[in-house]
Amino acid sequence: MKKISGNKLLVKALKEEGVDILFGYPGACTIDISDEIYKQDYTKVVLPRHEQALVHAADAYARSTGKVGVCLVTSGPGATNLVTGIATANYDSVPLVCFTGQVARHLIGNDAFQEVDIVGITRSITKYGVTVRKREDLGRIIKEAFYIARSGRPGPVLVDLPKDVMAELGSPNYPETVNIRGYKPSTGVHIGQLKRAVKMLGKAKKPLFLAGGGVNIAGANKAFTELVERTQIPVVTTIMGRGAIPTTHPLFIGNLGMHGAYASNMAVEECDLLFSIGTRFNDRITGKLHAFAPKATIVHIDIDTSSISRNIQVDIPIVADAKEAIEKLLEYVEPIEKKESWMEQIEGWKEEHPLRMKPKGDQMQAQDILETINEVFKDDDKIVVTDVGQHQMFTSQYLEVNEKTRLYMSGGLGTMGYGFPGAVGAQIGNPDSTVIAISGDGGMQMNIQEFATAVLEELPLILCVFNNTYLGMVRQWQKLFYGKRYSMTDLRAGAATRRGEEHPPKYTPDFVKLAESYGAKGIRVTEKSEMKAAFEQAKANRALKVPTLIEFMLDPEVQVYPMVRPGGTLEDLLMD
Amino acid sequence: MDNTMKKRWISLYVENQVGVLSKISGLFSGKSYNLESLTVGTTEDPTISRMTIETNSDEETYEQIKKQLNRMVEVIKVIDFTEVSVVMQELMFIKVKNCTPEDKTELFQIAQTYQAKVRDYGKDSVLLEFVHTAHKNTAIIQFLRSEFNSIEVVRGGSVGIEAITMPKR
Repeated sequence: MKKISGNKLLVKALKEEGVDILFGYPGACTIDISDEIYKQDYTKVVLPRHEQALVHAADAYARSTGKVGVCLVTSGPGATNLVTGIATANYDSVPLVCFTGQVARHLIGNDAFQEVDIVGITRSITKYGVTVRKREDLGRIIKEAFYIARSGRPGPVLVDLPKDVMAELGSPNYPETVNIRGYKPSTGVHIGQLKRAVKMLGKAKKPLFLAGGGVNIAGANKAFTELVERTQIPVVTTIMGRGAIPTTHPLFIGNLGMHGAYASNMAVEECDLLFSIGTRFNDRITGKLHAFAPKATIVHIDIDTSSISRNIQVDIPIVADAKEAIEKLLEYVEPIEKKESWMEQIEGWKEEHPLRMKPKGDQMQAQDILETINEVFKDDDKIVVTDVGQHQMFTSQYLEVNEKTRLYMSGGLGTMGYGFPGAVGAQIGNPDSTVIAISGDGGMQMNIQEFATAVLEELPLILCVFNNTYLGMVRQWQKLFYGKRYSMTDLRAGAATRRGEEHPPKYTPDFVKLAESYGAKGIRVTEKSEMKAAFEQAKANRALKVPTLIEFMLDPEVQVYPMVRPGGTLEDLLMD
Repeated sequence: MDNTMKKRWISLYVENQVGVLSKISGLFSGKSYNLESLTVGTTEDPTISRMTIETNSDEETYEQIKKQLNRMVEVIKVIDFTEVSVVMQELMFIKVKNCTPEDKTELFQIAQTYQAKVRDYGKDSVLLEFVHTAHKNTAIIQFLRSEFNSIEVVRGGSVGIEAITMPKR
């Protein structure tokens, strides 16, 4: 048996795991791995311009392809720059394998150049993390890393690779099977519990489905829609669950939670059965805990036992993969007649406070932009990736999500800077889809350097920047709850404004010129009437294989409504 | 659900690997769970370590602790020791200092009463070794503190194993 280096074994492992895209950034401790990839002319390597963008790109690639996203970065700062992205993936259950370089074993603990204890740093935000300390463990650890990342509740796994371990010669074998005695992700569905849940479905007078991101991750959208249609039970979703059923479906009410629709939140208040699937009842969803779904029996299906009865005490817990559970439910559930009076009550709430922005004359509003996207890209297979902030909430309210549209965002961690690199990763994984990023002027600048990656990879992205010259979501809280003291949220403030002078020129940066400087296209839209043409132009530009940035100039005074007061109850909604 | 705070015990089988202890203790600090004591040592299988964990928590939090431990890759098995028959003991050393000759005589009597071993003694100090339940050790500390003005205490933390016949804590 010819011995091979750890570097060679890693490349072999990537091949066997079917990794065809590697998101990498090189450095001293991984240069041998880069060299091995070059020599074997193996995988397609994408080189984002910052490791944080790199891991977000791998994350969105994973979300949008169902494959494991793979990162390779160097030790020290390369590794620490991954931290935000790893936490983002962890909160949204995204399968990643992050390989980090590490200094040679005899240097570990010496405060060597570019040495950090990255396994220690990321311990609480990874599903699993390990430093490979022996060459003979390398193959097994890589195999386990991929298995752990994608099985059960998916999540990020970090594998730290000391340089000397990787140089050492050893077995060329990459194991075919995995056996981890402490890790047996639960499969199958407890039929007894399921039958109890089915019984509740039949008995309830005001039943309600609540679908979270788990439904989307499990790819259970079709099965779920079938379940909804068979039972005629209305649906609310979390923002991560949006698209679990097409948002245009007559049984879809809307999102619940802090910026959820009035009707959705009222339905949660009033329902007598809350049948929830794949959600962890995050505080942005529930508001004040003791007042959440006060009249309901709660059924909760989740793949992660620790998500059950953590925030909300549930009556019927079912530990299962969302898709398996829904498919099993379909075996047992009989068609149920529509609850007419319940539906009427919901329709009443919808009419009372429909989800729409208050028009302000001819002023362009976020809702107009999103509705234009719905219209212009109606027939496109598309992926929309957002950043974090007001634009994200507007998107979660007004973007139609259906069989043709997928929506990705940093829902759990709320990571600004996710949008643009996320779009890069999604487009790389889905070359035939139209990929639209929606960002604010704040988040866009957190990873603006990715223009280089997008242009060089010839990604025909459509990048929408909702520019209101403020960090809008924080400003919104300041306007509503902090006496309009706009501390630290004015993106045009600085030395001049501190001196009491006028704001500096309006465009800092000039996003259009910035896009053009990278070789991308830029369009600025200030009037409602220009929106459609801009999107048509961006759509046409896709043939040129360049990204198009569209900057929408918006009024900073516009707020996201409705809004549940932080820590308030879902009933206590602030309306425009 | 029992939402009173009380002492609860967990026995854990974990992989005997670098970083596992840190991961377990990090879970308690990161999620603000109380950790009264944690002991760890290898088992008959050198690749497996066993931990005995004592926590003061309400039932809801305790359920979460067990679930969170269970989902860790390095944790092989979680056993709830709160409601089962176990033998659980803690090693404790107490050094009593600045003793008068009368104090020393009394300490030898105390040692006899509490089945303690006198491990060492000098001109004006006595070193006692106790092996009892953590609860009883706490009581002994209180007693000795009230009787003597200078004591030094080192506790080992509880170690537990399932009983064969007799429940004892």
